[in-house]
Amino acid sequence: MLEVNGLRVSYGGIQAVRGISFHVDEGEMVALIGANGAGKSSTLRALARLVNPVGGNVRYRGKELLSLPAHQLVAEGIALVPEGRGIFPRMTTSENLRMGAFSRNDKQAVERDLEHVFSLFPRLAERAQQVAGTLSGGEQQMLAIGRALMSQPKLMLLDEPSMGLAPIMVQKIFEVIRTVASQGMTILLIEQNAKLALEVSQRGYVMESGTISLTEESAKLLADPKVRAAYLGE
Amino acid sequence: MSTAIKSLARHQHWLALLVVGVVLLLVPFVAALGGQAWVRIANFAILYVFLALGLNIVVGYAGLLDLGYVAFYAVGAYTYALLASPHFAIHLPFWVILPLGAGLACVFGVLLGAPTLKLRGDYLAIVTLGFGEIIRIFMNNLNAPVNITNGAQGITLIDPIRIGGFSLSQSSTFLGVTLSGPQKYYFLLVGLAILVIVINIRLQDSRIGRAWQAIREDEVAAKACGINTRNIKLLAFAMGASFGGIAGGVFSAMQGFVSPESFSLMESITILAMVVLGGMGHIPGVILGAVLLTGLPEALRYGIEPLQKMVFGRLLIDPESLRMLVFGLALVLVMRFRPAGLWPSPQRRRELSESTD
Repeated sequence: MLEVNGLRVSYGGIQAVRGISFHVDEGEMVALIGANGAGKSSTLRALARLVNPVGGNVRYRGKELLSLPAHQLVAEGIALVPEGRGIFPRMTTSENLRMGAFSRNDKQAVERDLEHVFSLFPRLAERAQQVAGTLSGGEQQMLAIGRALMSQPKLMLLDEPSMGLAPIMVQKIFEVIRTVASQGMTILLIEQNAKLALEVSQRGYVMESGTISLTEESAKLLADPKVRAAYLGE
Repeated sequence: MSTAIKSLARHQHWLALLVVGVVLLLVPFVAALGGQAWVRIANFAILYVFLALGLNIVVGYAGLLDLGYVAFYAVGAYTYALLASPHFAIHLPFWVILPLGAGLACVFGVLLGAPTLKLRGDYLAIVTLGFGEIIRIFMNNLNAPVNITNGAQGITLIDPIRIGGFSLSQSSTFLGVTLSGPQKYYFLLVGLAILVIVINIRLQDSRIGRAWQAIREDEVAAKACGINTRNIKLLAFAMGASFGGIAGGVFSAMQGFVSPESFSLMESITILAMVVLGGMGHIPGVILGAVLLTGLPEALRYGIEPLQKMVFGRLLIDPESLRMLVFGLALVLVMRFRPAGLWPSPQRRRELSESTD
């Protein structure tokens, strides 16, 4: 579904991503893990068309993704859940969710999807009329995921969903990610919390200073002594 | 029961509109009792309502801090002045020049918007401030080697708005009611203000309005929702600028004279203050802000001198400087005690009160 070849991202003279290649197949959840500054977020920002890569190409369902502007990705079925949640703080929860369906004009289906998101996140239903900026961190993360779902994506890009959340909330969010994945969504998950990411995903890529150092089935990566030493704190 | 309440509420709505309508109708006649100067002040108040609502699109809706808004006002004013005055001996009718001025201002809006798309907040404010000053300095110096704007002397004897033989600058009598020039401009301005209010209301509840709100709150998330942030931001600049251009044209016609002095940075700041003080993004608030900030300094101008003479028997402090002092103090107090503006939108008030919990 998504095929990345030799992707390179630089900021000024600094190379953040040094020619990486990976792929995500339809219906699978792939984790991209690595330490702070390994280039995970830069990779995702390039895929979401928020930065222009200096090299490489990205095929998405047979199309060259890098020739599309950021705002057209939604129409292609790619939804980004931005780092740090990126909700609209002054809109209410339900207004935020409706923004996710901004480029759709099938009103009835939007209402159905809204109900679906509320059933997935009962907490959001309770807070439907609350201003999003006053939600807790975990609720905001739920909202960001819910908003992405509202665009009826085929591929979801999740940027550090566990960041800054209480452990119990992290568990909840990952349960939801697992549910969404079990319903057939293709997911690329960027995560510093390697253990959690590898537990929910099928395959994993380990990034290290701008390159991919290791790739394997997630279960095997979890058992790999090197990974355990470097990323799981053992 | 509930339908009865609803119909009552609806009636109240119409009743309120009727009261506003009657008041608007009476203002120029009541003001004229104090002299035509007061009618002119009322005219300026409405012109500023128009300008502030134009800026509200840029600042209030799209959240782009623009400190050079007066540049578009200047473009509109000079377009009118150059094409309807003896300066070039061109005398085009207003219905040609006003849209032309609006269009030209719109082009300038995009010219300013395009290079600043990636800037926001303070950085954008500085660039727009510079842009405003550039336009003013151009107007001031475009008198040599070819005299285009007549420099600091400005352009005089600008044609009033005229339809056939009917000129808005002279008084005339309809159905036994005599209307002076300023009174006629008053009704034109009220019409324009109603137009801009309707456009503002329509924009607020539209898809474009929601896209602006999304950009204002989180640009990356807005892009992720499929909003073409570049075009939507340029649209805000272009629309705001067009309103500035129209206001400038009417200003030119009404005054009969323009010079670069009218388009100083202070003017931009005043218009921005109207938007912020009234309640950013909230139409009634912006209108209130514009009327207060135009009316208050004038009231102080006419009030302070007699007051000092009455209390002290002579002039202690120069009225002009005291006026600015009182004005500044009022601004500070309002921002201290009503940070969301005098009449903020319910949403903004809700958010500010919740964030203090």
